[in-house]
Amino acid sequence: MTETQADVEAVAPAASGPPPVPAIELDGVVKEYLAHGEVVQAVKGVTLTIAEGEFFSLLGPSGCGKTTTMRMIAGFEDPSRGTVRLHGQDVTDVPPNKRDVNMVFQSYALFPHMNVWENVAFGLRRKKVPDAEIKRRVGEMLEIVDLGGREKRRPREMSGGQQQRVALARALVNRPRALLLDEPLGALDLKLRQAMQIELKRIQREVGITFVYVTHDQSEALTMSDRIAVMNDGLVEQLASPREIYERPATAFVAGFIGTSNLISGTVDRVEDGCAVLRLGDDGRVLTEEGAHRAGDTIAVTVRPEKVMISTDEPAAGLSAVRGTVAEVVYLGLYNSYAVRLPGGTEVTVFQQNALDSTSTAERGDAVWLSWRPQHSYVIGS
Amino acid sequence: MSTATTSAPVTAPSAGAPAPARPRRRLLDRLLKVYVWLILAWLFLPIAVMIIFGFNDTKSKSNVTWQGFTFKWWGMLDQDPKLIEAVVNSLEIAVLATVITTVIGTLMGLAMGRYRFRGLGTVNLVLFAAIASPELVMGSSLLSLFVSAGVQPGFVTVVIAHVLFSLSFVAITVRARVVGLDPSIEEAARDLGASTWVTFWRVTFPMILPGVISGALLAFALSIDDFVITQFTSGALQTFPLWIWGATRIGVPPQVNILGTLIFAVGVVIAVVNMVTARRRT
Repeated sequence: MTETQADVEAVAPAASGPPPVPAIELDGVVKEYLAHGEVVQAVKGVTLTIAEGEFFSLLGPSGCGKTTTMRMIAGFEDPSRGTVRLHGQDVTDVPPNKRDVNMVFQSYALFPHMNVWENVAFGLRRKKVPDAEIKRRVGEMLEIVDLGGREKRRPREMSGGQQQRVALARALVNRPRALLLDEPLGALDLKLRQAMQIELKRIQREVGITFVYVTHDQSEALTMSDRIAVMNDGLVEQLASPREIYERPATAFVAGFIGTSNLISGTVDRVEDGCAVLRLGDDGRVLTEEGAHRAGDTIAVTVRPEKVMISTDEPAAGLSAVRGTVAEVVYLGLYNSYAVRLPGGTEVTVFQQNALDSTSTAERGDAVWLSWRPQHSYVIGS
Repeated sequence: MSTATTSAPVTAPSAGAPAPARPRRRLLDRLLKVYVWLILAWLFLPIAVMIIFGFNDTKSKSNVTWQGFTFKWWGMLDQDPKLIEAVVNSLEIAVLATVITTVIGTLMGLAMGRYRFRGLGTVNLVLFAAIASPELVMGSSLLSLFVSAGVQPGFVTVVIAHVLFSLSFVAITVRARVVGLDPSIEEAARDLGASTWVTFWRVTFPMILPGVISGALLAFALSIDDFVITQFTSGALQTFPLWIWGATRIGVPPQVNILGTLIFAVGVVIAVVNMVTARRRT
């Protein structure tokens, strides 16, 4: 069993020919609980495909169903409806100990009565791997996670970061088809968390295993992931690369949850040169290249604060341009953050980088123009 | 000591100010030490008397006044076959009751610590009632139960009674341990390929073992010296406490002190071993 696994791993990166089988597929997965006589849906129908070798994140606020979704992949929760497939195989009814995925728990869940070596060897022993091979593989894995020489330590004698690495080694040493990580860095302080983010990404590249990463920390997801599924209220709101999720949020929730963003809604006044033009106040306009809209449609667009330029002169034609009053200026070192109030009462956040040539031009109470390019106005789905 | 006083500020505030904190604390520390030693003496004095009087060269039937040091009773331990039989009965009952209690109590503790089920509240209440109800009540009710059910009082009824009153203690100590466990540790074992059976024996059981051991030791200690309930349920069977009670009417021979000393010594050894291994385990 372990040998065939090793073979698959060696071949996988160079695979070409028939379309590769995805590592994990969720098909219409629903999880319902009975709470106080009422049916509560924790996951309301998730369908997604995770490719072999991918670093995939499930991102969302607490209670959005991301952990439940992961636990259904691991086998700790049975889906109420839908199918879970690992490498094309339906595992919906397979218990966790028979699934070829391993999990890193938020609390690490190390075995307190075993030392580091015994913890890491636990999975291999269950699979009846020969002793000599266990010895070799555990030793190698402890080197990878930089814990060589600490085999005899008990978990409680180690720091949080070290325990984290033991948990990682204990899962990875089994060469699972996929590694599931449930907010694994949540208990670490900021510095250590940032170091571990880079470390995790390195280890993932080194071992080439599919990682499914559950987090509520958007910067963590953006830093490490190949693709992110943003979840809210039991549903996937958007599934895309970090860049796309940041640059082109599909819904108002995604726009709000990932970074800072401004939401402006209005009625389409006219369509010219492929741009829908919203009229805002007496002389404001918002241009967007997106979608086919007709005059009279009411739409909402988002624009990221760093895409917005702030000036005292009227912007050139071909840009979105709105007038406003500076309500607040916050100096943040790397950049200035302005809150600009539009005539309608909407507040727009603007980040202006603290570059050499930009002195803080606008002051509180100044009347200014805001402008941005049409391609930075994204129409939000209703 | 004196340095502490001299190091106090020379320009001390006006008279009547509280004494410097350090000497005062030292005094309190001393008082605390004395107090602790007094408590320990109070606890250990009866045991010390029991051990010492095992070496008493008493001439009369009763062993209550010191009459000189001797080892002779140690050589005459097996002099009274009835006494030996009673001790063996007590040990057999205690071991058997402990084994049964530990198995059932551990399973109860696991269930109560882990699951919410219908009747959990009732089980809790019954466990508490078993601890709180006076031994006299339990003993007499057991006797009438056995008699009306037509069960002959003897070895079996004593074991049943001992399991009954020590079960709560095991269930409660194990439950306390189970409640403190991180459930994801067992999930991790499952995730790493262990079946539910292997997960229990390799992961769950070692983690609750300290609770199981303390529960078992409690059960053993409760069983070996129980008098009241045993008196009601034993019929013609003699146990060590029952034999001593019978003997007090004519005088307790020093062999009783020696057997008590031996039981105490075994208990101390077990407790020390448990403490040392627990320290190594965690």
